[in-house]
Amino acid sequence: MSTSPTAHTLRHENYLNVSYGVKSWLLTTDHKRIALLYLVSITLCFFLGGVFAVLIRLNLLTPQGNLVSAETYNKLFTMHGVVMIFFFLIPSIPTVLGNFLVPMMIGARDLAFPRLNLATWYIFNLGALFTLYAIVTGGVDTGWTFYTPYSSLYSNTHVVTTIVGIFIAGFSSILTGLNFIATIHTMRAPGLTWFRLPLFIWAHYATSLIMVLGTPVVAITLALVALERVFHLGIFNPALGGDPLLFQHLFWFYSHPAVYIMVLPAMGVTTELITTFARKKLFGYHFVAAASLGIAVIGFLVWGHHMYVAGQSPYAAMIFSILSYLVAIPSGIKVFNWTATLYKGSVSWATPMLYGLGFIGLFVMGGLTGLFLAAMGMDVHVHDTYFVVAHFHYIMVGGAVMGYLGGIHYWWPKISGRLYPEALARFSAIVLFVGFNLTFFPQFILGYLGMPRRYHAYPPEFQVLNVLSTAGASILAVGYVLPMCYLVWSMRYGPIAGPNPWPATGLEWQTPSPPPPHNFDVTPVVSWEPYDFANRPDLKYPAPVPELGHLQPEAQD
Amino acid sequence: MSEGHSALAEQFRDLEQQREASSLGMWVFLVTEIMFFGGLFLAYTVARTTHPAAFAQASRHLDVTLGSANTAVLIVSSLTMALAVHASQVGRRRALIAFLILTIALGCTFLGIKAIEYADKFHHHLVPGSGFSFSGPEARPAELFFSLYFAMTGLHALHMVIGVGVVVVLLLRARRCRYTVQYHTPVELSGLYWHFVDIIWIFLFPLLYLIDIHH
Repeated sequence: MSTSPTAHTLRHENYLNVSYGVKSWLLTTDHKRIALLYLVSITLCFFLGGVFAVLIRLNLLTPQGNLVSAETYNKLFTMHGVVMIFFFLIPSIPTVLGNFLVPMMIGARDLAFPRLNLATWYIFNLGALFTLYAIVTGGVDTGWTFYTPYSSLYSNTHVVTTIVGIFIAGFSSILTGLNFIATIHTMRAPGLTWFRLPLFIWAHYATSLIMVLGTPVVAITLALVALERVFHLGIFNPALGGDPLLFQHLFWFYSHPAVYIMVLPAMGVTTELITTFARKKLFGYHFVAAASLGIAVIGFLVWGHHMYVAGQSPYAAMIFSILSYLVAIPSGIKVFNWTATLYKGSVSWATPMLYGLGFIGLFVMGGLTGLFLAAMGMDVHVHDTYFVVAHFHYIMVGGAVMGYLGGIHYWWPKISGRLYPEALARFSAIVLFVGFNLTFFPQFILGYLGMPRRYHAYPPEFQVLNVLSTAGASILAVGYVLPMCYLVWSMRYGPIAGPNPWPATGLEWQTPSPPPPHNFDVTPVVSWEPYDFANRPDLKYPAPVPELGHLQPEAQD
Repeated sequence: MSEGHSALAEQFRDLEQQREASSLGMWVFLVTEIMFFGGLFLAYTVARTTHPAAFAQASRHLDVTLGSANTAVLIVSSLTMALAVHASQVGRRRALIAFLILTIALGCTFLGIKAIEYADKFHHHLVPGSGFSFSGPEARPAELFFSLYFAMTGLHALHMVIGVGVVVVLLLRARRCRYTVQYHTPVELSGLYWHFVDIIWIFLFPLLYLIDIHH
């Protein structure tokens, strides 16, 4: 367990070189390898969902929507939503970074249930294949929300196949959450008490709670829609006295907390990035930890704010409105505490930090516009407009994807053992930020002016803003493709990173990069507080910028 | 003592940690199951509140005798499962095997009786869909009742099938002497699952069969 950067080369036995061959990967129970399997799967899903986004934005270049028909457009935004939400955003950080890091951060050899972990990857891919089959055989047009009775009675597209795909993938999510909860409870290293855990772990714990409590509900709900189509059950069918609105309640009971499945892990990542690159102890550790749980709990009580115009009672709407405002409190605590951590910190502008700061800015934008939408009067005005589309893309893409990419960059030296090209990475982070804002800020204005979502055509006066948005999307696409290229490049040609290139305080940095198959040669014993940079003279201060990697003796092998 | 035990997976320090993680995992799984069934119970509550008379009327078409018999069968099966867990804790392998066989037999009995009931509903055109026929003014909400009946008991029966499968695996392993006084976690955890499925039925039975029993 040496911390000297020169003590290890990539020749040491690690999880990548311990065995070779397709079988050693497909049958692995090593959480680090499973994380990489997930990385491949969800990256493919991300680019598939991206293709639909590109087609949507191209179609909206002209007011009359020349590229595709109205029916095809319905399918495009549905499949964009289904693939991005269920097959990229929800699994992204937990299954890739969470799988890789949860055991390492708590000093464990693996997750509690390694075979179950591998099974979740197969379950996920099976679900993705069902959905892919639905897509290639004609797609689905209900919107990712599958509102009844359109989805259960009228749509002539592949609703059942898509639902089966989502249903199956849901079990992957449930079992991943279950695995994390059991692991975090029972497998922490000696001395690693709950309040010595990195906030990344707290965030994943809160996320896992949502996964295990929420996902089964959407699973049974979607199953009932499928049963209604196949066996003519009538639970959501108004003709039999069933209640189509019940579907919306059950659906949003999961799907609103699902937003927190996406953003809570990104908050966990951001906390790690901010502390490491501000070289400071996190301001208000206990509050940030409690805020994660607070968001998870309150998140279950706000679903009705999706249904202000759906015919629920105005009293219910008022309660949901007040509860929705409550989410701002733990979210605000997090933002203020990150900011306070930066104050008088020794801030360096490394790539992960750019993503971390980008996350905070975009999350604040998305969060504040969320308050607009939680207000009933305002919501009636902008409901189902591009204002909503812009709002949730700021949270999901600006927030969750920025957090995901920031985390990928931050832990890439640990995952691959090598550094990526820093200058190019900073450039692409900035491209991403600019492209993102150019894509989605005009949509706030469009929505406020009254452009409804989910239409393939629009009045000509909206064209300028739509063209701006599409131009931004092209820049955004560059920002996504660049990291994929240089990260793949760095796996072979990047400079050797050493065990702790930033250097950071977490347990995952106390072991060689890439880590050995069982993570730690000796089970670590923790006797320090998290993020305690001031009391860690072994971690050089100020933070060496990542170029340090070049100064290290180049690969003693 | 427990280190180096053949049942100890490599990610755990000792059997105690392994047992703790496994049982926490099982309890969390049961929580997800409660949420899974919870969606159906909520749908039932909403539908019955909206159509109380139709639900009472439709409920009379269920066979209370067979339902009660099945309730008794399941409760006894929970007893035999509990005895199997106890036998594994004290290391009485032959008793364990006997109780597991009894549990399987009772589980299959339940499924058999359920199949008879389903066949009966089919013959009386009480299965939702185009073949559904129900005499009375509230035929449509009655179809809703039977939608819920089949969704809820069907999901429960599916869990019974899985439960019987799990107990069969336990039986095969018990015969190969896999469970000892030191290591019998799988028997305990399968027992938890079995009792959970039993309790679901304890709620389903009055909600579906006994709505209108006082008439």
